[in-house]
Amino acid sequence: MSLINYASREINCKLVYYGPGLGGKTTNLEYIYEKVAPASKGKMISLATETERTLFFDFLPVDLGTIRGFKTRFHLYTVPGQVYYNASRKLILKGVDGVVFVADSQMERMEANVESMQNLYDNMTQHGLDLTRLPFIIQYNKRDLPNAAPLPQLQESLNPGWQVEDPVRMRPQADPNRQGEMLIQEVDGMWVERVPYFEAVALRGDGVFDTLRAISKLVLKTLG
Amino acid sequence: MSGASTWSFREEDAAKIGTLLNRLLREANARTALLVDRNGQMLSTAGEEPRFDPVAFATLTAADFSANDQLARMLGENEFAALFHQGEKDSLYLADVARRVILVVLFDNRTTLGLVKLRVRNVQEELSAIFIAMFAREAPGERRVETGFVGEAEDEIDKLFGS
Repeated sequence: MSLINYASREINCKLVYYGPGLGGKTTNLEYIYEKVAPASKGKMISLATETERTLFFDFLPVDLGTIRGFKTRFHLYTVPGQVYYNASRKLILKGVDGVVFVADSQMERMEANVESMQNLYDNMTQHGLDLTRLPFIIQYNKRDLPNAAPLPQLQESLNPGWQVEDPVRMRPQADPNRQGEMLIQEVDGMWVERVPYFEAVALRGDGVFDTLRAISKLVLKTLG
Repeated sequence: MSGASTWSFREEDAAKIGTLLNRLLREANARTALLVDRNGQMLSTAGEEPRFDPVAFATLTAADFSANDQLARMLGENEFAALFHQGEKDSLYLADVARRVILVVLFDNRTTLGLVKLRVRNVQEELSAIFIAMFAREAPGERRVETGFVGEAEDEIDKLFGS
């Protein structure tokens, strides 16, 4: 839920990086923290265990500057990935404006990805939020590893698409980020929508800003 | 079920709330009062200018309150309606407002926890009424930013995050 504060002339939007443990959510934020100009970023907070696994969340505020008189800021959060931290995960999703699902491309993490995606749907539902109606992007991380699953396999498991129910949306929509691919298309007489996705190697920053840019723009569109 | 909605905090809300918070500070002899929404965003501050990063403070306050909410439920309580963090010099008293906002009072040894609690209780109801009215007036789908905002914001995103 974006908050427009007319009194302090601020707009704040909450973005949450979700996904299985050790998938690279914190690495995404660390890379953003490292690269964004000092004037545009706030303090990064990590509530982590002694072994640097995220315990509650990581948090990084990023300022877009003042736009039409409003100081516009994104609040970036990660959730803890391990299965047993679900209570923390659910709390962080509260009031979310946009979600990035950071999937671990490694073949042996496929089950963990699917489980985490299911958990995301469940937790959103419990907050009364519909993931198919919110800005949502998938990032396939660790694409450089030799045991990375092929993209079509990841797409089939994690981004198979959902049926479009709104007649207004029943028209072909190309994926602006991937030439020749569609976000909405008719398949066997049924309109199907997939979410945008990006390939990444978060450790060296590949795809990190592409993902952030895309989710930020989707969230801003919901304000207009 | 729905997507995320947007709500707004107007100048007239800020003025009413500011008056209440300043009265609270005067009566409780406390230093700073802050209102933080439960999603971790700072709404308003009154009294002494905080010496800490308000954005980080708001995030941690919301997380603190949410975690304690869950602890309360484990005990079979609906909520812990207030929390107290005692420091050597400065202490914090946090109280729920309308289930959506947290009132945080920062105070030192010039006053007592008892007085802060009492004065907070006095303003809690008035603050709740203001926020309940604020949430009720939000109509879904209403345009909230002026035309051109999204385009300009997208340009800034391209500049900041590379295009």
